[in-house]
Amino acid sequence: MKKNEKEIKAPLIKKRHPNRSVGGDIGIYIFLLLVAIAMVFPLVYAINGALKPLDELFMFPPKVFARNPTLDNFSDLFVTMGKSWVPFSRYIFNTTFITAVGTAGHLLVASMGAFVLAKYEFPGGQVFFKLVQIALMFSYYVTAIPNYLIINKLGWIDTYWAIIIPAFAMPMGFFLMKQFMEGLPTSLIEAAKIDGANEWKVFMGIVMPNVKPAWLTMIIFSVQALWNNKAATYIYSEEKKTLVYALQQIQSGGIARTGQAQAVTIIVISVPILIFVFSESQILETMASSGLKD
Amino acid sequence: MGEYLSKYFKLRKHNAQVAFKKAKLSKMCYLFLAPYAIIFATFYILPVITSIFYSFTYYNILETPRFIGPQNYLSLILQDDVFLKGIKNTFMIAVITGPLGYIMSFLFAWLINELPRWIRAVAVIIFYAPSIAGNLYTIFSIFFRGDAYGHVNAFLINNGLIDSPVLWFTNPKYMLPICMVVILWMSLGQGFLAFVAGLQGIDRSQYEAGYMDGVKNRWQELWYITLPNMKPMLMFGAVMAITSSFGVCDVTMALCGYPSTDYAARTVVTHLFDYGYSRFEMGYASAIATMLFLIMILCNKAIQSLLRRVGT
Repeated sequence: MKKNEKEIKAPLIKKRHPNRSVGGDIGIYIFLLLVAIAMVFPLVYAINGALKPLDELFMFPPKVFARNPTLDNFSDLFVTMGKSWVPFSRYIFNTTFITAVGTAGHLLVASMGAFVLAKYEFPGGQVFFKLVQIALMFSYYVTAIPNYLIINKLGWIDTYWAIIIPAFAMPMGFFLMKQFMEGLPTSLIEAAKIDGANEWKVFMGIVMPNVKPAWLTMIIFSVQALWNNKAATYIYSEEKKTLVYALQQIQSGGIARTGQAQAVTIIVISVPILIFVFSESQILETMASSGLKD
Repeated sequence: MGEYLSKYFKLRKHNAQVAFKKAKLSKMCYLFLAPYAIIFATFYILPVITSIFYSFTYYNILETPRFIGPQNYLSLILQDDVFLKGIKNTFMIAVITGPLGYIMSFLFAWLINELPRWIRAVAVIIFYAPSIAGNLYTIFSIFFRGDAYGHVNAFLINNGLIDSPVLWFTNPKYMLPICMVVILWMSLGQGFLAFVAGLQGIDRSQYEAGYMDGVKNRWQELWYITLPNMKPMLMFGAVMAITSSFGVCDVTMALCGYPSTDYAARTVVTHLFDYGYSRFEMGYASAIATMLFLIMILCNKAIQSLLRRVGT
């Protein structure tokens, strides 16, 4: 039965659009290929830079590809890390802690709010969502200075909380979660309620397991923001500084560290990119409901 | 009469019960929303209000704020040449990279939409990666390095186009254009993802109906079927594009230095950092932040009313 369906469907999908010209298709493929090469070039260049031995980094004329690729830069980097005043594992812990707690809290807090906004009507709900939509329209920099003053008043300067707590309320994740939850059938929730589940049980048992794609999307956006957060304005104790900050200190160590600096870049960017590669299809599923309706 | 009264009271009782249930439900809703609402209000709404308040004061953190009326705004617009330069640069970057990045996002999402599944998945990663790659853009400072070891300089020297290396990030003539290229390279972000996903979600039967109705080529299909279906995503993408293009500062600060030569790469946000974190003139910095806020919101509103007319 299933096989039959596939056989019928397959030719339908493979069929060419009747209104496409072959020339146009070929032109588009060539264009896309060229753009893709241009887009990926800086990444390839950075990876090769990290693999070049020192003499190749300062060669004239410079070459894009490493001729004798080596991992020396990475091993040198670990040596430099070992010499730091604060043990390097501490920086890794700091960033991991901030990213993990911030993301988990964001996921829980924003999903709870998004759930009631998407599925129930109550006074003030729509107004609140309008405010969140407006918050999408201005960037973090607008609020950077008053945020500093507020965090200072709360006494959170030089603690992890200065980064973690504001991250709980990132409007992007909240917005996407609410839009995605609106697509959940209301009957699913009502059925659970008739069976006697209370709201919390409905939320944890029915709603959350059904919005996994939206989780992953929230996770990648939140990890991306927190992982790359230098937190230089809020945290000044060396033992609380983040990995990106420490790595940038190595990076700014002058000409001799050029190779190590590129190794740093590769290490830092690999985390968000790998997370995206492994969760792409779920993220795209969530983004399908991202539209702003008026 | 008695029957009528009892009916009346029954109705009243019923109404009261409904209202009670509603209130209970609302209470539950507020409880669920409260954690998010409190944090959101503290770190997203309150800052905007404080920013507007401080923008009318002289405030340097040490002394209590002193009310000075619209003085900050007047100084910004009438006396601060560097700010005007920042505004000019920001608008230049926004006007060029904003629409171009937006169009690129849609164009590439649309072009890769018909590719086979796995090629499309790889293409999405290639196009999207630059925007999540943290500070990978610093690689451009090596590529455009000011000495002869930089690729661009080496290439130009080898081909006899120049005889001495160009200081790409120190010469005001080249700073902004190179920054714009870098920003465009990074512009396929969340809006792009929304487009890719939205295009996948369009009902195929609409296209088949389109062939019957005589849609001749891919351009007509785009205008009459695809774009109207994509309206909500187009709105979302526009918001993302505007917000990021007016907030430019990371790229210019990392590549051109802070402060940059002759303030040639100063943006509104860089100016904000200068007064907020270096000079601690919080009142003045708040005035800059408030103006940035207004610019972003007004642009978003204007573009949204424009986009409402797409495909009609």
